[in-house]
Amino acid sequence: MTPSDVRTTGVDVLVPGQCCGKPMQIEPLSFWGGFDSSDGRVIDRFHPAHTISLTGHILFMAHARGSSSGASVLAEAIRLRTAPAAFCLLQRDAIIAIGAMVAQRLYALPCPVLVFRDADRWSDLATQNRLRIDATPDGVDIEA
Amino acid sequence: MLAGGRGAAAADALELMLGFAQAVGADRLLRCDRAHIDGCLYHGQASLDFVERYVALGGRVCVPTSLNVGSVDLIHPDLFRGDPALGTAGKRLMQAHVELGCAPNFTCAPYQTLMRPRYGEQLAYAESNAIVFVNSVIGARTARYGDFIDLAGALCGRVPHFDLHVAENRLARTRLVLEGVSGADVEEAGLIAVAAGLFIGRECGAEICAIEGLPQVTSEDDLKALGAAAASSGAVAMFHAVGLTPEAETLAAATGGAEVSVIARLDREMLGQIVASLATVSDGARLSAVALGTPHFSLQEFERLLQLCEGSFAVPVYINTGRDILTELTQRGWDKRLSDAGVALVVDTCTYVTTIIEELDGAIMTNSGKWAYYAPGNLGVDVAFGTLADCVASAKAGRVVRR
Repeated sequence: MTPSDVRTTGVDVLVPGQCCGKPMQIEPLSFWGGFDSSDGRVIDRFHPAHTISLTGHILFMAHARGSSSGASVLAEAIRLRTAPAAFCLLQRDAIIAIGAMVAQRLYALPCPVLVFRDADRWSDLATQNRLRIDATPDGVDIEA
Repeated sequence: MLAGGRGAAAADALELMLGFAQAVGADRLLRCDRAHIDGCLYHGQASLDFVERYVALGGRVCVPTSLNVGSVDLIHPDLFRGDPALGTAGKRLMQAHVELGCAPNFTCAPYQTLMRPRYGEQLAYAESNAIVFVNSVIGARTARYGDFIDLAGALCGRVPHFDLHVAENRLARTRLVLEGVSGADVEEAGLIAVAAGLFIGRECGAEICAIEGLPQVTSEDDLKALGAAAASSGAVAMFHAVGLTPEAETLAAATGGAEVSVIARLDREMLGQIVASLATVSDGARLSAVALGTPHFSLQEFERLLQLCEGSFAVPVYINTGRDILTELTQRGWDKRLSDAGVALVVDTCTYVTTIIEELDGAIMTNSGKWAYYAPGNLGVDVAFGTLADCVASAKAGRVVRR
């Protein structure tokens, strides 16, 4: 990858920010009732990622599920530094976006939220070893 | 406003609202007429930090704003039996919202107060039963707002132009037909409403359903129970009750004239089976309490209850209601009659979200589909379900009986 093709197209930035981390792809999760903000683990017994820690991972999740209280749980997890490092979604998701926006305002802690229009590109990035994300309101750079 | 002309808090809230509008793909913002905020239940330090920040910025809500239940009954604090530290944080969360200018009504049924929305108003409403009620029964317009964004809407007075704010998104996409129950009596009508609500929640998800054939005596309280049940078993934000709700004078009005398929036809027996499935105990089981008022009991429901409750109860009857209704009860002297009969009135909160009920070892009976749906998980209790008359008869008997 050369610096000139670093700028990624086909991605909407819902919440800007910078981060790097290891990608992890999971099924849609309800943060309220499905995730423990105190230790960053999935607590939904019926979720395939049950007991796995999401902390610091760049989470590839098509969309979120469940109660809008998920926004509070995510904001609390970002405060406690147990949250994922970033979200790469396939659908716009207000619960995730609001949780991340609020944490950024309250604690100045970044948790970028991106929506991919290209599912192949999304799947490809999800299998990389490590990603660096630099998202601004004008666009996003994603480096593998 | 973004530049701070209406204060730092309004500017900040508007920024958040614009981010939300972008996240949901809305093209513009609308003026918001009213808000109802579900921020008083404590989910952690971030809940409190969010509100305290607006208090520190000198924020004031700029539209009439009601508050949902909190974790504590501020009028009867001795009823609270949970962790004291959580109780303190929960109490501060409630007070901080009041400092922002929200009305301290702490009710999940703000539509039963003077703050009832009007037809056609654009709202920033949170709390699932309130959302479905104002959309369906009043014809006001709100999306399913929730944590943080409800307060942001109240502080900046704007909501995004999307979802149920837009007329064409409010039409029914599916139909449910009830057969042979249009002549049901007042007691059975309550049960049918809960059954229909549970059914559309399960089967329709977030899709809007037009319900045909509800009993002619179906009351506003029954529609309240229907919506609350639908929003518990599913993500329902609106339904139409043909001939009963304002945007469904006819089936054609509810669907916009489109052909809409029938998802199911339910008769009396099938409806009875749906509510029977809520119970985790059999008839005859010993009760430790009866829980009513989820959503908060209305004055009309208290009136019906008083007609039913001659004699005294063998087990405590807890009834959640709002402060405004409590004031009305006191003015009428009904509060005394209720406490003489063995009723514990709970205001500002609800018996399914917080630790109030003292004895949890026997089953608890309710006429609320919502309470029956959530309490086994939240409180770890056994549940019996029945009509209001069944609940009263069972409270007198101390075990589950039918009238």
